[in-house]
Amino acid sequence: MLVKFFFLLRKNGVPVSITELLTLLEALRAGLGDVSAERFYYLARTCLVKDERFYDRYDRAFAAHFKGVEDLFAVLARQLPDDWLAKLTVRDFTDAEKAEIEALGGWDKLMETLKKRLEEQKERHQGGSKWIGTAGTSPFGAHGFNPEGVRIGQEDGRNRSAVKVWDRREFANLDDKVELGTRNIKIALRRLRKFARQGAPDELALADTIDATARSGGWLDIKMQAERRNVIKILLLLDIGGSMDDHVKTCEELFSAARSEFKHLEHYYFHNFVYEALWKDNRRRFSEHIGTAEVIRTYGPDYKLIFVGDATMSPYEITHAGGSVEHWNPEPGSVWLQRLINQYPKFAWINPQPQSRWRQTASIDMTREMLEGRMYPLTLAGLDQLIDELT
Amino acid sequence: MTTEFRGTERYIATPELMAAVNAAVVLSRPLLIKGEPGTGKTLLANEIARALEKPFFEWHIKSTTKALQGLYEYDAVSRLRDSQLGDLRVKDIRNYILKGNLWEAFDCDTQPVLLIDEIDKADIEFPNDLLRELDRMEFYVYETRETVRAKHRPIIVITSNNEKELPDAFLRRCFFHYIRFPDAATMTQIVDVHFPDLKRELLHEALTTFFKIRETPGLKKKPTTSELLDWIKLLVTEDIPPEVLRSDDPKKLIPPLYGALLKNEQDVHLFEQLVFLNRRNAR
Repeated sequence: MLVKFFFLLRKNGVPVSITELLTLLEALRAGLGDVSAERFYYLARTCLVKDERFYDRYDRAFAAHFKGVEDLFAVLARQLPDDWLAKLTVRDFTDAEKAEIEALGGWDKLMETLKKRLEEQKERHQGGSKWIGTAGTSPFGAHGFNPEGVRIGQEDGRNRSAVKVWDRREFANLDDKVELGTRNIKIALRRLRKFARQGAPDELALADTIDATARSGGWLDIKMQAERRNVIKILLLLDIGGSMDDHVKTCEELFSAARSEFKHLEHYYFHNFVYEALWKDNRRRFSEHIGTAEVIRTYGPDYKLIFVGDATMSPYEITHAGGSVEHWNPEPGSVWLQRLINQYPKFAWINPQPQSRWRQTASIDMTREMLEGRMYPLTLAGLDQLIDELT
Repeated sequence: MTTEFRGTERYIATPELMAAVNAAVVLSRPLLIKGEPGTGKTLLANEIARALEKPFFEWHIKSTTKALQGLYEYDAVSRLRDSQLGDLRVKDIRNYILKGNLWEAFDCDTQPVLLIDEIDKADIEFPNDLLRELDRMEFYVYETRETVRAKHRPIIVITSNNEKELPDAFLRRCFFHYIRFPDAATMTQIVDVHFPDLKRELLHEALTTFFKIRETPGLKKKPTTSELLDWIKLLVTEDIPPEVLRSDDPKKLIPPLYGALLKNEQDVHLFEQLVFLNRRNAR
């Protein structure tokens, strides 16, 4: 039973390994998960899922695999002694409600009906007015409107609803397919760090000192070294204006995150596509240009080149001289793009458009082809791929 | 001595957290805890130790921490100094091996609880360097050529703030639990535990305000449980009546003593603006 579940998890993209499955089985043998389905759900999650990003996928797999789990509940409930159920009501009902129960034939009768229903009911149920399930008006189940309501399958805490935890899918927003906030971007970008010792030697190099001391026959010979610093260099070219207006917020976040993560970060703007000129300050874009050729000369090939743009435009803007929407360009954009990627062997393009829409836009396809497929969506998963490409 | 963790009088544990902790205790695997800052990740280990009456060790990780430092450190500089001064201690290398927190925990006579706090702060390779130690609960001291084995497998709680991805091999050896931000009901319980004689009314108003602030879109840093507790502490010391929190007074846009909840001026600005807009729309 669990082997199937294991493979279902893997199919759903939860990275589980055999070790983890064995751990879960060990835990089950130790008697940790057999009290209720909910306990089992938590135990299995603790054992199998190692990142909150995968909680949602786990929830979905769990719901799909253990669809008949309510039968299990019924079995468990049938084995429950009457006094346990009785104890539950003392806690759950006010005096007025208890009086109402009496009016409807008393507690014993209610329990009698409950047991009968449990025996009759074979599948999961929602709504309706008879069966045990959720959101109904039957006296049994949860989320109901009957004052006689009896909650089933709960150990503690009546402020929690009896809706299955895995059906609630509360972790849906932790999946890594969603767009990111600054902090997430920073963390993603941090993987791009490369440390090296440069600058003034102001740290004691312990290993070197010991080595040098030993060599000089035991007399202290102190060696110093420079502090470790991040030496990665980034050249960021950002598309601005036009169709990019929809993505201003995400791009701002990406930019501010990159800004604080990298000391050697150079950025320039372009509009729709790269041509012979770029600019640093968008307010003075018409007066203060810098030639793209000059940028290529200024920053060496050890810079990593990252474009940010939606690459959504008319194909002529890429392929034809004079195709730019803003000015007369003597050479087509594709030539300039080629020059840039020739100079910087480590390059990538981040596209804030959802990946599903890429196929429908001809200019995105063309750009991707020119970039040898190195275009990534602006999501955490996309940034991860980008960083793999750049390191 | 109890063997099952059910939270303590100072710490409210949700059923899912209890399940995770108990699984980790029974199978003596390390438990990796993640969650928003201020949801009681670090406190958890301390409370487990208190509830199960076990000795408690903590190892706080910084960006410069090396895995070896948790095991032991060889103090080469003192030995060098002693050798220059002709100290006799220098003959025995054992005098210069300083035990780390992990060694201390392994040496403990009863089963201890060990907290490895903020493991994500360390270098990317750090968790990988601890694989064998966490798996077999033993390590080898090169300088003295001896193997240190845990007398009792400690209950290890590891916290992470998600600043770095942890390697798969490491994750596979751990249990994992993500502490979700508590809902209003759990929050009431938590506050109850910390301020048992707080007036109902004040608590209600404070929680309403708190959740309202948390729901403000675009906040740079959302206030968390520990900040709520600080704020309530301030409200109590300043003896602020609950009516003040009910934001009907147009002159007071933001709650009193907001400094405990909102931690940077952009957030305060944003919140002020939103409250202002709401008011204007309401009129």
